Amino acid sequence: MNIPSELKYAASHEWLKDDGTVGISDFAQDQLGDVVYVELPEVGREVKAGETVAVVESVKTASDIYSPASGTIVAVNEALGSAPEQVNGEPYGDGWLFKLDVTEEGGDLMDAAAYEAANG
Amino acid sequence: MTNLDETGALRRTPLHAAHLKAGARMVPFGGWDMPVQYAGVKAEHAAVRQSAGMFDVSHMGEFRVTGPDAEAFLQYVTTNDLSKLRPGRAQYNWLPGEAGGLVDDIYIYRVSADEFFMVVNASNIAKDWAHLTRQAARYGAVLTDESDQWGLIAVQGPKAADLLQLHADTDLIARKKNSFFSAHLFGLPVWLARTGYTGEDGFEVFVAAEQAEEMWNQLLSVGLIPAGLGARDTLRLEAGFPLYGHEFSDSIHPLSSTYTWVVKDKQHLGREHIDLAPSQKLIGLALDKVPVREGYPVQLDGQVVGHITSGSLSPTLGYPVAMALVNVQSADAEAYGVEVRGKLHEARRVALPFYKKADV
Repeated sequence: MNIPSELKYAASHEWLKDDGTVGISDFAQDQLGDVVYVELPEVGREVKAGETVAVVESVKTASDIYSPASGTIVAVNEALGSAPEQVNGEPYGDGWLFKLDVTEEGGDLMDAAAYEAANG
Repeated sequence: MTNLDETGALRRTPLHAAHLKAGARMVPFGGWDMPVQYAGVKAEHAAVRQSAGMFDVSHMGEFRVTGPDAEAFLQYVTTNDLSKLRPGRAQYNWLPGEAGGLVDDIYIYRVSADEFFMVVNASNIAKDWAHLTRQAARYGAVLTDESDQWGLIAVQGPKAADLLQLHADTDLIARKKNSFFSAHLFGLPVWLARTGYTGEDGFEVFVAAEQAEEMWNQLLSVGLIPAGLGARDTLRLEAGFPLYGHEFSDSIHPLSSTYTWVVKDKQHLGREHIDLAPSQKLIGLALDKVPVREGYPVQLDGQVVGHITSGSLSPTLGYPVAMALVNVQSADAEAYGVEVRGKLHEARRVALPFYKKADV
């Protein structure tokens, strides 16, 4: 399981980068299986940590994505509209979901070691 | 995201260890710990459509019905005509409920004049057994629950027959659809049925539970791709096959589905309910992008007229498809709205099945 050390992780499997980029972990994409559709939030929307902001659909199921921080959505990964499988292929790269202008991180974010311990 | 992991005290098929060895992701399914996928749903789905795959369906139940009244008993508790079923043949059939709906949809295989074999859905084994034994009291028919004695592996795909033929002691290629016969496969005694639930050609392999893992490993060694519940569901959805618990239930009129041919002109248990016209009809829907799931409301002209019963992206077609039960009077529209997380998405009505293999 790939868990980059520079990211922070929510218990609900979203990752947050220093620049506000959000995606789902390698563990989460593996558990979901083939991702076929991603519903992204609107740019400009203000969100709170823990709020449902996106939906990732695999062949079998729809899964809510919660924001790991409070802030404003400043960008979404439009490329996932035609290539949702990037969430599987590059969960920490081209498979990112949205970018936040973070005002406050969620209180329960873990570092890589803690996330690995929780999901090992 | 949440709910990634669910475990509990679940039943295991004789192939449980083989699934773990093959790297399967296991999920609870109808009280069983079953593989939902190995390499991935899309790859497994494609393997079955293009070459051949295999599924563990050992969780399904097997009952044997014997005795001089076996046919009369089964004629009474099913809707299809068993008098037309010759030894060595299989028939799709329904168990109608006393108060309407279906107790289950089943396959019946005729072994001889007074011996039948029956496969029932895994989640309905206990219910079917109680129902059938209650009804059998008036007949000279003996029921045996052999569910724990059998492993069942469905080998499905256009290359299934050729692959199995190399390792069988009888001519498989010449067998017609719905044939049911004993044979040896890889030297192991089996019953084979040329049936399946994917819309492809194939065989279902009944093997003694204690030999199921050996059979699975032999099938793996000749290149059959293991496929899980995920692919099984997308394959059956594309093929327009209704599934118990989704398109069928104790409370859904069975003639809502497109499978009206399963009811023949004969007297049977619950006939008075089946003779009432259904108030709903099962339709096929196709969408541009958003997958729609069971339970999502279906709208027409601003009114909710039904709901999705099964839905997913169709791996073969590349767009989402769904089956929906809608009010009969609303079943002929060309387009509907499906409510997905509070937003309405257009769905066009398309004929079932969504996918049909070219040579049938």
